[in-house]
Amino acid sequence: MRIAVLSGKGGAGKTLIAVNLAAAAGRSAYVDCDVEAPNGHLFFKPTHIKKSEVAIKVPILNPLLCNGCRACVDFCRFNALAYIKETVVVFNDVCHSCGGCVYVCPQNALSEREIPVGTIQSGFSKGVSVYTGELKIGMPSGVPIIKKLLDAKDLKQEVYTVVDCPPGSACTVMESIKDADYCVVVAEATAFGLHDMKMVLELVRLMGKPHGVILNKWIEGEASELTETCCREEEVKLLGKIPFDSTLGTLNSNGEIVARVDDAYRAMFSALFETIKEEVKG
Amino acid sequence: MSQTKGKKVAVPVNDQGLESKVAPVFGRATYFCIYDLETGKTEYVENAGAISQGGAGIKAAQCVVDAGASLLFTPQCGDNAAEVIRSAEIEMYQSVEGTVEENIKNYQAGKLALLESTHAGFHHGEK
Repeated sequence: MRIAVLSGKGGAGKTLIAVNLAAAAGRSAYVDCDVEAPNGHLFFKPTHIKKSEVAIKVPILNPLLCNGCRACVDFCRFNALAYIKETVVVFNDVCHSCGGCVYVCPQNALSEREIPVGTIQSGFSKGVSVYTGELKIGMPSGVPIIKKLLDAKDLKQEVYTVVDCPPGSACTVMESIKDADYCVVVAEATAFGLHDMKMVLELVRLMGKPHGVILNKWIEGEASELTETCCREEEVKLLGKIPFDSTLGTLNSNGEIVARVDDAYRAMFSALFETIKEEVKG
Repeated sequence: MSQTKGKKVAVPVNDQGLESKVAPVFGRATYFCIYDLETGKTEYVENAGAISQGGAGIKAAQCVVDAGASLLFTPQCGDNAAEVIRSAEIEMYQSVEGTVEENIKNYQAGKLALLESTHAGFHHGEK
């Protein structure tokens, strides 16, 4: 069972909820797909770390073989190649590594080379397998790292997998929730949080994912009410509310997993996890 | 500006005609107005970048290169497009707000400045 945790807005509480759901599940896997700023490992402090590189393939031209037919330039729908001054220029940061240009070149003038874009790490923390992807600084897209993370062979054997998604609703998020059985949308109880929750709800509906909302930093007031009203009107299941609480805030900012160190929060996250399991079973 | 022999200027536009305004975004302009500085003749090439899914600037710049322009007047330009333009040794000038004709006159009067800085693009590398 794969549960993706996403939010739209950054700082809404994705990592808090993903980490604690995985901890409450006991034997589980936690996958940090927020590859531009992975931080779940700071809470899990995993041991037995294994690290590997992720590379993407980009075309490279042999100018001696190129006859200037432009088949590659015309083929690339992302326009990663241009033909200037009788040579092909490749724009690596636009390339989607499809290999099509290499395939269509009648002269075999293009081949592929690998460039490193980041790393993936796995480790272990009290029953939780912790997977972390990290994008190299300056690299344009985290998608290849997320793909490799979620395709890890060991991950397929886990009964419960919690995916901590990147913020926003762009390609990296779509890649992160692609194989999810259920999407947990974390909404921060602010006007900004509500706006971005709506964006993400649109995405999960578009992708046909069963979903529910957890309202985080909940305090009585207009913003919380607006979010709850929105869930009612849009017929979205409100899975639970996490209070804006200084005990939680303090433990969390000290890098503690509240579901592991605080009985009340252990109970809260176990209950949330059970609710989500029931939702998935439908 | 005496060395105009065979020199062509490319200007991004959304409508044809010398009185039409310079388009605000290079990569997504509908056409390029190709103006021959020697003969005063104009032609219009469609910008294949306008409907591109991605890399519009690169495609647009390719159209400018293929049209045989040696000058480009544009309000701004992304880094990737600029790389194509520079590789093709096309001179880039910053257009002023107004019509194609006004910009050509400004250039001929030596009043257009070279476009020195380009921007990282509008997509921040999202794929």
